[in-house]
Amino acid sequence: MMPDGRRVHASRMSLPQTLAQKLIAKAAGLAQVQVGDVVTCDVDLAMFHDSSGPRRLKPMMDELGAQLWDPSKVVLVLDHYVPAVSDEAKKIVHITRDTAVRWQLPHVIDSEGICHVVLPERGYLKPGMLCVGGDSHSPTGGAFGAYMFGIGATEMLGVVVTGKIWVQVPRTLRMHWQGQLTPGVSAKDMMLHMIGRLGMNGGQYQAIEFAGPAVKALGMQERMTLSNMSAELGAQVGLIAADQVTTDYLRSVGVADEYLHEAESWQTDEGAACETTDFDANALSPQVAAPHSPANTRPVDEYLNTPIDIAYIGACTGAKLEDLRAAATVLKGFRVDARVQLMVAPASARDQAQAEQEGVMQILRDAGAQVLPNTCGACAGYGGTFAENKTVISSTARNFKARMGPASVQVYLASPWTVAASAMRGRISDVRQML
Amino acid sequence: MSRLTFDQAKVWRVGADIDTDVLAPGAYMQHGIEVIAQHCLESVRPEFAATVRPGDVLVAGANFGIGSSREQAAGALLHLGIRAVIAPSFSGLFFRNAFNLGLLLLTCEQALNLQEGETLRFDGQQVHRVTGEILRCSPIPDFLLDMVRAGGLLNLLKQQRHRPMSLGESEASSPTLS
Repeated sequence: MMPDGRRVHASRMSLPQTLAQKLIAKAAGLAQVQVGDVVTCDVDLAMFHDSSGPRRLKPMMDELGAQLWDPSKVVLVLDHYVPAVSDEAKKIVHITRDTAVRWQLPHVIDSEGICHVVLPERGYLKPGMLCVGGDSHSPTGGAFGAYMFGIGATEMLGVVVTGKIWVQVPRTLRMHWQGQLTPGVSAKDMMLHMIGRLGMNGGQYQAIEFAGPAVKALGMQERMTLSNMSAELGAQVGLIAADQVTTDYLRSVGVADEYLHEAESWQTDEGAACETTDFDANALSPQVAAPHSPANTRPVDEYLNTPIDIAYIGACTGAKLEDLRAAATVLKGFRVDARVQLMVAPASARDQAQAEQEGVMQILRDAGAQVLPNTCGACAGYGGTFAENKTVISSTARNFKARMGPASVQVYLASPWTVAASAMRGRISDVRQML
Repeated sequence: MSRLTFDQAKVWRVGADIDTDVLAPGAYMQHGIEVIAQHCLESVRPEFAATVRPGDVLVAGANFGIGSSREQAAGALLHLGIRAVIAPSFSGLFFRNAFNLGLLLLTCEQALNLQEGETLRFDGQQVHRVTGEILRCSPIPDFLLDMVRAGGLLNLLKQQRHRPMSLGESEASSPTLS
């Protein structure tokens, strides 16, 4: 035992290591770590937003008389309470902006998209980092080979004061996807299927690693959808080892070459201890999670023809550029059913601008979509929520009772493909029959 | 009485998969904890916030606290005076948040044996029923118990303000964190 509580097992130095172990060891300044060890890690990046951030942190920082350990490693995103509608929301946004100035935060992204999407699109996330976020969907960063997880505001206080956080080295649960997805089936379906099979705490707060040819075949935003919903699997992180797809993306968002040379070295060693679950992408059909849990997932066949009132394409989970493209592929040249209200809240301003340029946004508007701001919107249930007794199909991550509206609202979760197909027909539909 | 023990604590029972949005509903998240707490658990036990008494404990099914990182889910229970939550399993994120706020969580496989309205004693390691039955709980690492003792990480940071600190400095030999 080292004096600061870190442990080194010299006799096991040669054991193969998982990606999770390697990332934690690096952040803890150790050669190796063993599953179950509790270690103190240096934090490379701390992200918080207008709900979890200054409005909670500033009073505690003032009470402590403390300073930020390193403002250059902090990213503040305004995405939950913007645009502010109520007086309370206006106060929260005011405190957030005011604190950003007082603390001289160099990295503030205000009303330009959802935190988990704007972080990577601005090149903040790189393989090998250990990051924390003041939001439960922070495991999204795992898609970039970073050990990123969500924490609450008080734990964030500890991070911004000390620059450190404790981690218990997790076991690795490998989700191995063989085969190839078929048209109209996407990362969201993979995720809903895994949650349906393993349950909302099936991840046991361990490290999930997504692997196999069907994962490697995904683009970065689809990989983000997998890592994002690791939260709904109850994992601490949802990692995907970096490859050419990752480094190409990082280069495209301006990450310097010096960070890319070693990116692909962040891999689980052959023979490292993992608990593997196998999945077959070829056999996967579109999936739908019925109210009121993502774990209530079944193949779309079992919910076919359920009438819907609202189709919602939004959130960090389901309104990135690739999600908008998917919806447009389905809706091109059509209008949604007259009984359905289609809402689209693109996950970031940059994704929306690109979708405009590609004609994707026009296809969605022509189909009858109401386009909403680039924020968390209805997903968090903090802003405008759905009316009593509505049945909703949504590309978001959670359908907990009373989350997106009153308790009478019934929310079905599905991929953007399935949401678009269902909007077109006014009832839950199998998108594969419409492509 | 230490924050790590309790006696004559009345049980409130709820089911499995109680999520953060049930504990701290999104519609009230723009308000302070005193408002959020008034709506804690209202969709499953509408009478809870108005009738729970300081010193009571909450007993739940598996996967307590799944969902959001909003620590107000734990904060609302603390605000209402809940001494501890006893459940067979917790969300890992909620587990960290609860201890960071100073809320004691007891991971206890037999939690579902406990009945609504009965009173419990906790000696720091085991839960005692009036029937004489004793329920074992998973050990909690010392550094998390320190947070409960201090009344949360904020208080701990205040105490440690003038000396270098290392979270996870003291640890149990085989910590069970979730």
